[in-house]
Amino acid sequence: MSRYVSFRDFDWILLGFVLLICGLGVMEIHSATAHTKFAGSHMKQVYWVLAGVGAMFLMSLINYQTLLDKIHWFYIAAAASLMAVLVFGQKYLGARRWIKMPGGNHFQPSEWVKLILILAVAKYFADMRQRELSWSDFMKAGAIVGFPMLMVLAQPDLGTALTYVPIAVMGVFLGGLQWKQGLAVALLATVGIGAVFLVPRVHVLKSYQKQRLTSFIDPELDPQGSGYQVEQSKIAVGSGGIWGGKGSQTHGAFLPVPQTDFIFAAFSEEHGFVGALGVLLLYFIVLMRLTQNAQTAPDRAGTFVVMGVVAVLSFHILVNVGMVVGFMPVTGIPLPLMSYGGSSVLFMFLALGMVMNVRMRRFVN
Amino acid sequence: MFGRDEKVSAIRLTAAQYVILAIFLVLAYGLWRLQVMQSDYYSLAAEKNRIRNVPVLAPRGKILDRYGRTIVDNYPSFSALLLRDSSRDLAADADLIAQGLHLDPNEVRARIRHFASLPQYQPIFLKEDITPDELQFIEAHRNELPELDTIMAHRRLYPRNGFMAHLIGYVGEVSEDMLNQPQFELYSAGDVVGISGVERQYNTLLMGTNGSRQALVDSHGREVGRLGETEAIPGKPLKLTVDIDLQIAAEEALEGKNGAVVAMDPHTGEILAMASGPTFDPNDFAVHVSRDEWNKLVEDPDKPLLNKAIQAQLAPGSTFKIIMATAGWQEGIAQNMHVHCAGSADFYGRNYKCWVYFLHQSHGEVDLEKAIYQSCDVFFYTLADRLGIGRIAKYASMLGLGQKTGIDLPNEVSGVMPSEEWKIRNFKQKWFAGETISVGIGQGAIAVTPIQLIRAISAISMGGKMVVPHVTNPTDLPPGLVDAAHYTEVKTIPIDPEGWNYITDAMSRVLQPEGTAPSAHIPGIDIAGKTGSAQVVSLALRAKVKNSSEFAQNGWFVGFTPRRNPDIVVCVLFQGGEHGKLAARLATQVIKAYVEKQQRMPPKMVAKPITDNKIDIGSLWSAPDAVGDKDTLQGGRFVLEFPKKPLALATAAPGMHP
Repeated sequence: MSRYVSFRDFDWILLGFVLLICGLGVMEIHSATAHTKFAGSHMKQVYWVLAGVGAMFLMSLINYQTLLDKIHWFYIAAAASLMAVLVFGQKYLGARRWIKMPGGNHFQPSEWVKLILILAVAKYFADMRQRELSWSDFMKAGAIVGFPMLMVLAQPDLGTALTYVPIAVMGVFLGGLQWKQGLAVALLATVGIGAVFLVPRVHVLKSYQKQRLTSFIDPELDPQGSGYQVEQSKIAVGSGGIWGGKGSQTHGAFLPVPQTDFIFAAFSEEHGFVGALGVLLLYFIVLMRLTQNAQTAPDRAGTFVVMGVVAVLSFHILVNVGMVVGFMPVTGIPLPLMSYGGSSVLFMFLALGMVMNVRMRRFVN
Repeated sequence: MFGRDEKVSAIRLTAAQYVILAIFLVLAYGLWRLQVMQSDYYSLAAEKNRIRNVPVLAPRGKILDRYGRTIVDNYPSFSALLLRDSSRDLAADADLIAQGLHLDPNEVRARIRHFASLPQYQPIFLKEDITPDELQFIEAHRNELPELDTIMAHRRLYPRNGFMAHLIGYVGEVSEDMLNQPQFELYSAGDVVGISGVERQYNTLLMGTNGSRQALVDSHGREVGRLGETEAIPGKPLKLTVDIDLQIAAEEALEGKNGAVVAMDPHTGEILAMASGPTFDPNDFAVHVSRDEWNKLVEDPDKPLLNKAIQAQLAPGSTFKIIMATAGWQEGIAQNMHVHCAGSADFYGRNYKCWVYFLHQSHGEVDLEKAIYQSCDVFFYTLADRLGIGRIAKYASMLGLGQKTGIDLPNEVSGVMPSEEWKIRNFKQKWFAGETISVGIGQGAIAVTPIQLIRAISAISMGGKMVVPHVTNPTDLPPGLVDAAHYTEVKTIPIDPEGWNYITDAMSRVLQPEGTAPSAHIPGIDIAGKTGSAQVVSLALRAKVKNSSEFAQNGWFVGFTPRRNPDIVVCVLFQGGEHGKLAARLATQVIKAYVEKQQRMPPKMVAKPITDNKIDIGSLWSAPDAVGDKDTLQGGRFVLEFPKKPLALATAAPGMHP
């Protein structure tokens, strides 16, 4: 089978929009960290983005079919790395999430596990032989995602663990979820979440996690903890008005971590409703472009890979921006492409590399 | 079954797109809600975040004595506080901080934990009123410990060892109760106000007005800029009528004792000294008083927090005989009375004993003069019986007993002057004639405060001119602050001049060998006074409990100098002092200090009267150790020259730097 792969088929438009978002991110990181001890972070972010673009090109060269064929090895490696974190990880702020790498860098395996899960779910559903999901398929798909999720929960890192959920949801949905299954899962999830919060004996969540999840309902009740953060974020966004303001929330350090989790709040404060809506539009364009790529994918597996990326990206945006505007609890999930941080940037570009990979092979056969 | 390359359901892909669109619409709505609909609210919230009103504390006014010498001052006091900058690991720095501030590291950590739930911009107070050492430590570690900062406040510096503590009072944070009272309605929580003494009475004058500074702050509460500033208006100084030199004498006399000493100018009612014992150190309250310390003060049976000069209500004992003598004279009874004292006398079927009875003696034939200097109880029993409670109460009330004197100090108590009406009103019982007998010697239901007693005796010594005691002169206060007429009000009690001359002459013999307090006599000083010893329980009961000191009698003395037109009147209450002569010795110490001070001061010049050539020289002092007197009489007035002694007068209250 001869394959014609060319960078002419690379999605340059998508890359353009992605880099535009990254550029806005770098700009905002610069603005938010100037005159703080994090000053200069924006340059680091530029290097991360450049590295990410490079990684993306490399990723697009490896045929995703090859990756899918070897997915069980990757999956085992992912599980092993998560195990390693639990055993050897650096404890910081009560959680083990990082492995110290030679050269002083910190590596957070839970990020690249996401990539592997996207591939594993894609592989699983691509190989499926029937149009409708059986309960056992359903459980297997759940287990593929659920196992690493439990290990991340054990770190504990609730936020990242939650980002695995949309991969499974998207897979199951596109893979042929039946209505009764959907209803059953929704019901089960409602009961489960209710139990976690309402039954005092169930200690699934750490108390800080419960607090984070509950305090967003009434931030004024807990002005110092995560409720305080949400309140400061809302003040930042709200005071931005339509055209943006001086950014006293960002520059007065009232806004917590304005260069990472709350970067969208910082951006909204400085550029107002118009600017914030513009960024949302950019993200929407990127997502639509991605789904279009999913539709034109050469095979089922390709569609699943791209839609997995769409699911993760949408979920990140929903949770992060939702948190910034006070709809969602503080979960520590960054805004992809904009938030400062190497792991997050690299993940996004590797994921985009897989999308490009699929797209470049769309004329195969 | 379908092939490997069969496409994923297009409907579901489209559905996914719509879900994403829905998500974005919800997020866009969230932005719209905050940035367009509630933008004004959040802009205001951002401003409030950013701008902090930092109070600029106004220093309280100083308290000065009558010559402007400092009694109470302020000192700059620094408090160490911890800014919770998230970039520092406070728990790790705790050891160094604790070492520098002389605190327990565990306590520092406990404080950090304890206040962890406070908003980040609120600093934690680590230690108040730090020493210069500790301040130096903070300044030297600005770089290593950037989270450590100081804040300056003016704190009250009171004299040492509780000097004048009761008259001055102390300050504290305004309490919830006080805020509910109308006179404190302008204050806000956290304000430091006077809690007792003149600090409370003249709080509005002393307090000043806090200014404020609108500071731009970041989330750590650090000032990053300033918008505007209203300056603080410092409190005004308060000048008292007290003379520190005399106050020192009064405090020294009372040291280690339970009671009160008051010295007053009988012409004006100016309080020259006022001490109460045991005392307390208000400096302990200025920073922080622990619950234990406070409870100790409150539960002490000697009541150190009470200003006994105005708050102790006790039987006046024999000092009341001066009021009795005045009443008896005015009613035309006492001057003609001759009583035979056999050590006791019977009234209404009960035997009343004279104090000499317990010495197995008797006074024999007694007239009013001897009755005063010998303090004969039998004479005054008889006089009381003849006067009846109605007339006694009339004169005693006229002289201000059983009523507040109106002194400008908070929480004065009124005491009790019993009468027939008083008994019916309070006990629904008829007055028994026998009760009058005890009242005649200042026992029974009668209870007075030292300030009442000094005012009454002062009025008699001044021929009926009764003043209102006060610790500040209304002329030294800003106009309109107080009702000046109240301070200078003088009541005239009708007393026959022959009567008060007779009585004060008799009082001057109290300190003579034939009187009740010869040991208090000071050569060269003409003191008239009256001792008193008031029973706490009956003498018979005391004999039973074997003279236990718990029921020791209270000693009293009220005296003035000179005998005519006096310059100073002193009242001493010596609780548990057993006998009036001990109180008298304390009083004469104060009088001696006053006289010696006058001797060292430049002579007062007396203006020549226009109408006649008689000059009423109120006080002419002769020094007991005057060697080589150079006193000369020139041009109808005395020009006194004294040996030039160094002026060993106080320049400020103890513990103050002038």
